[in-house]
Amino acid sequence: MRWLDRTIIGIPFVWLLLFFMLPFLIVLRISVSDMDMAGQLSGFKLSNYTFLAQDALYVKTYLASLKYAAITTGVCLLLAYPFAYFMARADKSAQPALLLMVMLPFWTSFLLRVYAWKGLLADGGWVAVVLNALKVDQLLMAFGVIPGPGQYLNTAFSLVLGMVYTYLPFMILPLYANLSKQDGRLLEAAHDLGASPWVAFWKVTVPLSRPGILAGAMLVFIPCVGEYVVPELLGGPQTLMIGRVLWDEFFANNDWPMASSVAVVMVLLILVPLALFSKAKANSQEARA
Amino acid sequence: MSSGHTWLSRGWLAAVFAFLYLPIVALVTYSFNDSPLPTVWGGATLKWFFELAHDREILEGLWLSLRIAFMSATAAVVLGTLAALALVRYKRFLGRTLMVGMVNAPLVMPQVIVGVALLLMLVSIQRWLGFPERGMGTIWVGHLLVGMAYATVVIQARLQGLNPQLEEAAQDLGARPWQVFYLVTLPMISQALLSAWLLTFTLSLDDVVLAAFLSGPGSTTLPLVIFSRAKLGVDPSVNAVATVVIAVVSLAVIGGSYALARAERRRAREVAQAARS
Repeated sequence: MRWLDRTIIGIPFVWLLLFFMLPFLIVLRISVSDMDMAGQLSGFKLSNYTFLAQDALYVKTYLASLKYAAITTGVCLLLAYPFAYFMARADKSAQPALLLMVMLPFWTSFLLRVYAWKGLLADGGWVAVVLNALKVDQLLMAFGVIPGPGQYLNTAFSLVLGMVYTYLPFMILPLYANLSKQDGRLLEAAHDLGASPWVAFWKVTVPLSRPGILAGAMLVFIPCVGEYVVPELLGGPQTLMIGRVLWDEFFANNDWPMASSVAVVMVLLILVPLALFSKAKANSQEARA
Repeated sequence: MSSGHTWLSRGWLAAVFAFLYLPIVALVTYSFNDSPLPTVWGGATLKWFFELAHDREILEGLWLSLRIAFMSATAAVVLGTLAALALVRYKRFLGRTLMVGMVNAPLVMPQVIVGVALLLMLVSIQRWLGFPERGMGTIWVGHLLVGMAYATVVIQARLQGLNPQLEEAAQDLGARPWQVFYLVTLPMISQALLSAWLLTFTLSLDDVVLAAFLSGPGSTTLPLVIFSRAKLGVDPSVNAVATVVIAVVSLAVIGGSYALARAERRRAREVAQAARS
């Protein structure tokens, strides 16, 4: 290999090894270390992991994080699939503008947009007023999602709403990319063979869009499991999310080995979705090449 | 298409757009609200903007954030271009699968994990060598890591769409490899480089989690200031910041896409002319 080839591959490769791979190995090492009062790390022990597995609160928090991430992914898919489908079928001339409109909020601060929901859901806020008028709070109360009429903030409801809001574009974009490239003649063929539009949709469009669904679902699910900002701003003290526990172990308790073990277990939980995502991405890139 | 279908389609698009834009409208509206209460309209005012102009914490945070965003976006585009070239041009080399994984993982990896991992490595190095101190440089490394992943994806997509014959032709005409890159490849991917730069710039400008882990005393970025105020409750100064940010970003994005569309049309015209002559 010539020196030029070596440089092109070498620089990003070494950078990623140093700043992505190495930090993880260090976290793995620290998670099985002892830390003394002075903060010196030494020795080898697995007690952090056995503690994580036995402590009911940790187990509950991991499960709750997975549950909220799964619900968020489901709601995003329900909202985004018809949206991307209609967008892909809109006028060809209107599509770039629609795409820009999906991207535009993404370019403005996500932190500020999540913060805005605090005002919208507070007592007397725009959304709270509409939801109250529609009696949505009664429905949510019946399901036990919110504690009382009109109390939307700092509940599982506001948490999931905030995460759906944050990650919806990540679901829309891969779905739109997939659906807008589908060959319209396949639907005509299905129609000619006697399929109703509804049947053609379920038997042709949806199966063909599976790579888009998978990519979008992983783009939403994986970061949601460890989400910190949305639960901190909208989740209130009651909703359990593992990202916040990790943060507190690190900043409030200063317990690095424990924080490291929490991180390692989180990585293990998302390892399978992560591998699926990387494979789907590589496949779509090879297919385009 | 039946008319019922059209109504459903328009309604769905409108409803989701309303959902996406409602918080932005609310932020901007309440930045002009005279009452400090978030849900009570007390008449229009510009006082929060005047207060903002004297808010040292916010102004210093903004200046720091802009510098970090500029540096991390620039470096991310350079590293991202190299990584994209490596992945598109070299279909087999030792560790390619590992590299694909390492490029894609930061796109979805929860940021608290990346933050903890980078910080613990930093502390380990610090104990060993005595430097670096936490601050601007360490935030830059964190943003560069995530930004590079996004830049690689954007540039990789463009590189794959290129016609390889153009580069081969330049090579056949005697251009050296770096000349081929500067004279042929680079102009063709310049649009992707620009959008990758803008994307990584905004990502860096927006980041709270990595900055919280990697910042030291005296290096409080704008999102960290906003986050600490937002946690306490609704704060009109935050609304005013939001309005300024939204105005700047909207103008930049709309202006940028207009310029891009014009450049695209001009190029299409030139290609058409070249084909005729």
